[in-house]
Amino acid sequence: MNGVVGHAATLSALLLAALGAVAAFVGGRRRDARYVTAAQRAGVGVFALVALTFVVMERALIMHDFSVSYVAQVGSRATPLFYTIISLWSALEGSILLWALILSVFTALLALSSRRQSKSEGEGDVDPQLPYALGTLFCVNIFFLLLISWPANPFRAMSPIPPDGPGPNALLQNSPFMGVHPPLLYTGYVGLSVPFALATGALLAGRLKPDWPRVIRRWTMVPWTFLSLGIVAGAWWSYEVLGWGGYWAWDPVENASFMPWLTATAFLHSVMVQERRGMLKAWTITLIIATFLLTVLGTFLTRSGVLASVHSFTQSPIGPFFLTFLGIVLLASLTLLAWRGNALSSEGRFDAALSRESAFMINNLLFSGFAFVVLLGTMFPLIAEAVRGVKVSVGGPYFSQMSVPIALMLIFLAGVGPALPWRKGSLELLRGKFRWPTIGALAVGVALAAAGVRAPLAWLAFVLAVFSAGLLVAEFVGPTRARHATTGEPWLLALWRVCASNRRRYGGYVVHGGVLVLAVGVASSATFRREAEWTLQVGATEQLGRYQVRLDSVWAVHESNRDGVMAATTVSVGGRVLTRLNPRLNYYKSAMEPIGTPAVRESLREDIYLVLMAYTADGKHATIKAIASPLVAWIWLGGGIMGLGALFALWPGGAGAPRRDPVPEPGRPRARPVSEARV
Amino acid sequence: MKWNGRKTGIAIGSGVVLLIFAYLVWGGIGNNLVYFLTPTELLAKGSTVYGTSVRLGGIVEEGSIRWDADRRELRFRLEDESAKTVEVISTGVPPQMFNGGIGAVVEGVWTAEGVFRCHNLMVKHSNEYKAPMPGAKPPEFYRELFRKQQS
Repeated sequence: MNGVVGHAATLSALLLAALGAVAAFVGGRRRDARYVTAAQRAGVGVFALVALTFVVMERALIMHDFSVSYVAQVGSRATPLFYTIISLWSALEGSILLWALILSVFTALLALSSRRQSKSEGEGDVDPQLPYALGTLFCVNIFFLLLISWPANPFRAMSPIPPDGPGPNALLQNSPFMGVHPPLLYTGYVGLSVPFALATGALLAGRLKPDWPRVIRRWTMVPWTFLSLGIVAGAWWSYEVLGWGGYWAWDPVENASFMPWLTATAFLHSVMVQERRGMLKAWTITLIIATFLLTVLGTFLTRSGVLASVHSFTQSPIGPFFLTFLGIVLLASLTLLAWRGNALSSEGRFDAALSRESAFMINNLLFSGFAFVVLLGTMFPLIAEAVRGVKVSVGGPYFSQMSVPIALMLIFLAGVGPALPWRKGSLELLRGKFRWPTIGALAVGVALAAAGVRAPLAWLAFVLAVFSAGLLVAEFVGPTRARHATTGEPWLLALWRVCASNRRRYGGYVVHGGVLVLAVGVASSATFRREAEWTLQVGATEQLGRYQVRLDSVWAVHESNRDGVMAATTVSVGGRVLTRLNPRLNYYKSAMEPIGTPAVRESLREDIYLVLMAYTADGKHATIKAIASPLVAWIWLGGGIMGLGALFALWPGGAGAPRRDPVPEPGRPRARPVSEARV
Repeated sequence: MKWNGRKTGIAIGSGVVLLIFAYLVWGGIGNNLVYFLTPTELLAKGSTVYGTSVRLGGIVEEGSIRWDADRRELRFRLEDESAKTVEVISTGVPPQMFNGGIGAVVEGVWTAEGVFRCHNLMVKHSNEYKAPMPGAKPPEFYRELFRKQQS
């Protein structure tokens, strides 16, 4: 029953999405409001049908309806309810269903926003940009719905119906983080289809409306925020669950999520130059198309089984589908860009090397260079195998070597960029702005060297971060002081009013601050991490840095979905008990090997992290790996600050849009008449 | 848009930057490639791969594991289908699931003494989602601990 309803809902959604696409494109082409309205309604309808599919799948999982193939694959009567619910995205078919759901949410949102705009414009005049965008988004919907209707259909009927299932992948049952990380990441990943659709819509319509940068930027900020949080949550999951004490391994799937983040970040900056100065239009639109292509490529790499990774699922038949889709999108985008490129010529020009514009340019070079480095490192094994027939992997050192210098320059720019004025900066102005941050950074540098920091790269990262943080703080202090002086408002109120007067700007600076905090955490935990491994007898104590770790006992526990072995330890500092930690190994029905759960005591200063590596069957000995990572918690903190900053910037209300610099009108290329647009 | 000296300068400048960047990236990749070989392939390459970073994948030969607790040294042999074996030396306690017959990947270097010095021992996780084969049983080692607790 569940299977039939689910599959029927999927097929109806597919049909409706196809109708919606046709209506949207016809409506845009003929500028006919009736078709456009139909397409907008179809957008909401597709969402309702996909949501129904999703609910039916959840219902089947919760009811343990093993007649549905996906439930038989990932369900189990012994799995706790929470893990049963999130097991929907624990394997290939379900994760594509989640993808389709999120995509349909964004489609409905775009349809509603397009509806609002058509109402405000009046029925007589249809602007084809949004209908075309909606049509493009429907096409992406069609692709994913096609996948879950046929090659990755999760609703296949099982025969005979098994009495019970194996339960979800053991790694995914091991931490509640799996409930948070994939939905966040997917929301970001999938949401990036919307700016792509808007860009395609604008190219098809043949013109960029003046408010286009502002609109597309907002539609990008939302998925960007989710993607950032999703990546940080994934790093945290890796740290809390995988038991190697690290959080980032340049694994293909991590790279797949990171590459679009890099290009989307570059886009968010270059679109500001476009908004303000009318420059970099073609580049900006290329970036957002590249971002979408990278999400499709990433999904292909990780869902087709061509690259081995922690995240890849079993060999699946959907690889060729993704490759075809990727090829179509690539060809279509290149054609569109070549065809409509003339609508994207620059209006303004650079006035000076020392300006906000040039900071944005360097920022864009760094971010896209970074994306290229990661792309090459990720793809190289595939290229080498195809060309030379050898199996190679690109070692982590390649990524570190390449990314550290880029990251250091980005840390520097995170403060310097906001300090530079648009158009032309003067050395006088900079001297004043740079004085205190420079002094502060040098003081911190000397203090760190005196405290025994001997790692030059980490030292440089800290000093640059302090310098940039100083510049950012100054951007808050100056206007607040001026406001306090003129209005006499108390300091905190003045600060709030200043921030609220330009949410986008100050939210953005808070995001930069979060990046700096995160960078300090990465530099510190990567450079100053210490680890030790001991085989301890019960009652024995070993030392790592300032921590004494005593093994108290080893015991086994039964739980409904797993059995576990725990090592109970006491961690003390200088004879005072700091905490008790119980690292464990878990035995799941669905896994041949035990899966560890490390025990971590997190603190802002330093984490102490214990992993149970092995034990003897008599329960008298345990082998424990201990890792001390200073400031690693700053990474999660920095991620949180980035999220808050982005939320503040996105919060409705307040004067968000900065004024646009006047552009000499006569030199401005005229928009092409819309009737020329071909679909 | 006229082509003038300024534009030529920019073009040359960005060309140089791109070339340097490409050189760095290419060098960075070349120096950090890790070849993935099976014991048969490794032995066939012989002395040509001494000292280069290699990932060697195979099955841990049953009964070949020796653990020297004093020197914290683990020795075992990796084999493949053609029954070629490579002697591996690694330091540190092996993971709990490390056992004869299990798939393992070792990262390290092949040395002139005919042993593979491993600095990173990875047991092949079945990360791919896969239910146990019928009849296969997860290791029941820990059950002994239960029995002891209950008695």
